[in-house]
Amino acid sequence: MGLDIKIPIGLMFCILGAILTIHGIITNGNVEMYEQSLGHNLNLWSGLAMLVFGGFMLLTSSLVKKKKKE
Amino acid sequence: MQTSFSLATLDWIVILIYFIFVLGIGWALKKHMKDATAFLEAGRSLPAWVTGLAFISANLGALEVIGMAASGAKYGMMTVHFYWIGAIPAMIFLAIFMMPFYYGSKARSVPEYLKLRFDEKTRGFNAFAFAIMTVFASGISMYALALLAQVIIPLEIDWNFLGIHIGEFDFYLFVSAIIVLVYMVLGGLTSAIYNEVLQFFLIVIGFAPLVIIALTDIGGWEGIKANLPENMMHSWKFAGNADANPMGVEWFGILVGLGFVLSFGYWCTNFLVVQRAMAAGSMSAARKTPLIGAIPKMFLPILVIVPGIIALALTNTGALELPLKEGTMTTDFDKVIPVLLMKYMPVGVLGLGLTALMASFMSGMAGNVSAFNTVFTYDIYQSYINPKKTDKHYLKVGQWTTVVGVLVSILTAYVARSFNNVMDFLQLIFAFVNAPLFAAFLLGMFWKRTTGHAAFWGLISGTISAAFHHGLTLPYGGIAGVKGGYFGVIHTYPSEMAQNFWTAIYAFTAALVITLVITLLTKKLKTDEELKGLVYSLTPKIQDDSKYLYQKPGFLAIIVGAVALALSIIFW
Repeated sequence: MGLDIKIPIGLMFCILGAILTIHGIITNGNVEMYEQSLGHNLNLWSGLAMLVFGGFMLLTSSLVKKKKKE
Repeated sequence: MQTSFSLATLDWIVILIYFIFVLGIGWALKKHMKDATAFLEAGRSLPAWVTGLAFISANLGALEVIGMAASGAKYGMMTVHFYWIGAIPAMIFLAIFMMPFYYGSKARSVPEYLKLRFDEKTRGFNAFAFAIMTVFASGISMYALALLAQVIIPLEIDWNFLGIHIGEFDFYLFVSAIIVLVYMVLGGLTSAIYNEVLQFFLIVIGFAPLVIIALTDIGGWEGIKANLPENMMHSWKFAGNADANPMGVEWFGILVGLGFVLSFGYWCTNFLVVQRAMAAGSMSAARKTPLIGAIPKMFLPILVIVPGIIALALTNTGALELPLKEGTMTTDFDKVIPVLLMKYMPVGVLGLGLTALMASFMSGMAGNVSAFNTVFTYDIYQSYINPKKTDKHYLKVGQWTTVVGVLVSILTAYVARSFNNVMDFLQLIFAFVNAPLFAAFLLGMFWKRTTGHAAFWGLISGTISAAFHHGLTLPYGGIAGVKGGYFGVIHTYPSEMAQNFWTAIYAFTAALVITLVITLLTKKLKTDEELKGLVYSLTPKIQDDSKYLYQKPGFLAIIVGAVALALSIIFW
């Protein structure tokens, strides 16, 4: 239907993933903040997972496939 | 116990980015909405993985996410019956046996299939009942969203607009309604489906860290076991006797009431979900839709039921306190997910979890609006009000129906807010209408003799028997009224759940028997030629054109069935 859904999904998770990863790196070692998540830096881990997923979506989307054909 | 969040700027940014993408998808699809087929049927062009995820996501609305976590806390592992027995078998049946008729008949909706297979009055009955039901369901979703949002993210809104007071509830209600309205008018069914796919991934990625941390905190599965009674840790073991398990239902009620009548009635005949499969690009993709959806569906209990179970276990250790319902002494299990989010999620992932929650609420709303659009435009407007117009005309009608649908939903949300009992009552009536529907489909699809008169009167009598059964019974401790017993009480069920399951069984049986009897008494009006593609015995067997074995619906169905069975045995 015109738009490949993988592109918006990939973009959104890459952007959100990047934000959370950066936030996670900045706040890494902040014992007080991560006390509630039992000491785990959830922002960093979730951010990285989202970057991987978003990247996978973009790489398999029609955006990349088209370029390969050219 | 504190029940509201203090969100940091970062959390708001995460929520905002999600809304930008939601609206952006609608905007990007706008230029493709050239005809009614594109708007109302997604042009029948989507790949199976997209329709498959939308298939389960459309059902994963507010009532499901909040309700299943609450059930997890109330009934423990028995809640998985709503997934493994209450969804998977019906999804397999839909894919293998029913989809060839829905998709192959070229019907554009479930009511239209009824018109092709039976007659006008059967279609009319179903179309009107369904249209009213979806608008109400969408309204209830909106109500739930606004209600939860005002409690967990209080903004202290107190505006005066032309003398009308606008509080937080109104603010959240209108913001969500406007967003849904915009992306639905722009992109139609495709917009709804794409956002359901987006929502699915958000729920998984947003809730997974919560479940992992909460599970670590309680000490894993063993930790849960140590803190809960044994009858909450099994799905079937204590189902032999209704008094022995927390749900208050015995195995027959679960197996036949939930696993057969309610589940097949919902997953195989409800246009909200069937519409997703019908939007697929080919017969093979349409048949694979429910099967691809079934794979994540089997594992959703980890994300929506397990948090409820963990919350209860944590309350028993004293590590967590669940809030009480306002003005009562009963625990408010509906707050399980928000309370856990607040306990474990630091700034950042907290915004992500809340976004996932909001996404589920909004797509629950949009899913109903998209189904309402199609049924209203094709089965009510085109059939009864204004037939034989141009395609462009029906596209316009579809777009305006979206506006009307959202407006009526807003109205319904206010009705739900003022009269709680009215909503219970309406939901009850819909349950009465839905339960017998599968009987008409079963006989219609697999017995070519079944007549239109028989199907119509079967549906009516099924609905009436449901009302009678409900009116003559009560759940344990219930008071005559909305809970039943309004004609006098001749039987008391151990729980409301048991009463619901048995109401469905009675309604289905009545519809089946009446349809059978009237079929034998009436003349068959449709010729075999007319019924080709609509009835099993008159339709040529379709050969699936998938290249590899693992792409074939039959093979997928066996895998899905085997995994669901294995899960049921592991957690029996």
